[in-house]
Amino acid sequence: MLHAVIAAATEEATKNPLIPEVYDIIWSAVCFVVILFFFWKLVLPRMQKLLDDRAEAIEGNIAKADEAQRKAEAALVQYTAQLADARAEAGQIRDQARTDGQRIVAEHKEQAAAEAGRIAASAKTQIEAERQAAVVSLRSEVGALAIDLASGVIGESLSDDAKASAIVDRFLAELEASEVPSHAAAPSAGKI
Amino acid sequence: MLYSVVNPPIFVVARAELTAPKQEKALLEIAVNLMVPSATGDGEFNGPSINEFFPDVIFFEGTNFEINRIILIRFLAVAVLMLVFWLGTRRMKIIPTRGQSLAEMGLDFVRVNIAEDLLGKKDGRRFLPLLTTIFFMVLFMNITGIIPFLNIAGTSVIGVPLLLGVISYGTFIYAGVKKSPVKFFRNSLFPPGVPPFLYIIVTPIEFISTFLVRPVTLTLRLMMNMIVGHLLLVLFFSATQFFFFTADGGFKLFGAGTLVFGFAFTLFEVLIAVLQAYIFALLTAVYIQLALAEEH
Repeated sequence: MLHAVIAAATEEATKNPLIPEVYDIIWSAVCFVVILFFFWKLVLPRMQKLLDDRAEAIEGNIAKADEAQRKAEAALVQYTAQLADARAEAGQIRDQARTDGQRIVAEHKEQAAAEAGRIAASAKTQIEAERQAAVVSLRSEVGALAIDLASGVIGESLSDDAKASAIVDRFLAELEASEVPSHAAAPSAGKI
Repeated sequence: MLYSVVNPPIFVVARAELTAPKQEKALLEIAVNLMVPSATGDGEFNGPSINEFFPDVIFFEGTNFEINRIILIRFLAVAVLMLVFWLGTRRMKIIPTRGQSLAEMGLDFVRVNIAEDLLGKKDGRRFLPLLTTIFFMVLFMNITGIIPFLNIAGTSVIGVPLLLGVISYGTFIYAGVKKSPVKFFRNSLFPPGVPPFLYIIVTPIEFISTFLVRPVTLTLRLMMNMIVGHLLLVLFFSATQFFFFTADGGFKLFGAGTLVFGFAFTLFEVLIAVLQAYIFALLTAVYIQLALAEEH
């Protein structure tokens, strides 16, 4: 049995792991060349391109961000200026409105005062005219009435115009003369 | 480094083959198997062996283009890598979608934290395709080590680590020579600030460390981390299987322990996968930077 083991062992142990076989080297070289070209021509160029793209993208983004910031700042300045303009304009408009308002109020006051004066004046003249008319009509009516009355009393016609009117005039002159001292002495006129 | 405790058997197996007495090899094979203490007793427990890294050929047997399971896993890793980054960078937008930001995060990690950090903007961009390729190729091929049904890292067979190590080596020499051949070799071999008579000692050391050790350490660090990570996981999970279904009685309890360890190391492998990819790309960038530097 020992011999069998020894025989088997000697037959098997014929290989030296340090001596390379030709096929081993050949296939190793094939593997190496394939992998080398794979990395060299395909993978690493892809990787390099990616790295370049990435660097470019980062730089591009930074540039873009700068651009955006500059635009934002410009817009801010513009808006601020516009806002200031608008404020100033609003102030002007407000001032204008105030002066306009004052002017309008003053005008209206003036107009109203003028109107009131005019109305008052016309009312006065009207009253005066009416009073004159009343005096005139009163004079003629009261004269006629008095003459009728007097003619009835004295039984004599006083229809002689010249005479009649002279009488009336005299009467009224007396009446007026008595009225003059106290202007508002209506009762004294009533006594006549 | 991380697996120094477990590394020796692999080296020993390797060395055994060089010296080649068959019995010694067999004994070492058994020694590997004996790493699990409880595998004693019945011989049903099969520990991991180095042959797992040399599965049966599937296509083109007998030619220089043989394809086995691990090669297919590498193809799958390449396909997934290309799909992820093709989709992730298909429609790049300035504001990324979720998928895109994930792809971007990965690419930016290499670009910013490795290339531009060490080489500056200009040179970083020059060497970015190479550094990106190294980082993601190593990462995607490492991570298959913990993906169910794949379960082995594409970088655990020497082809990829060696190829990338040589490319890294060629690249930093190219970078230095292209900038200024005289300055590059003078800075590399005759570091300034050293008393001239010490160059007898310093120059051979510098030569070995710069032109011999760098590619070897790059290659072995990656490959050994992945090999050992795989072996550890196989060990834990096959031990779990053994304890649960083959061992008797109280030994079944050990299975729970190995399962927990297996799970923990699976998570640890994720870290290792990312870390190794980072280290490989970072060291390549460091070497290029040293070659381009005016003074050391």
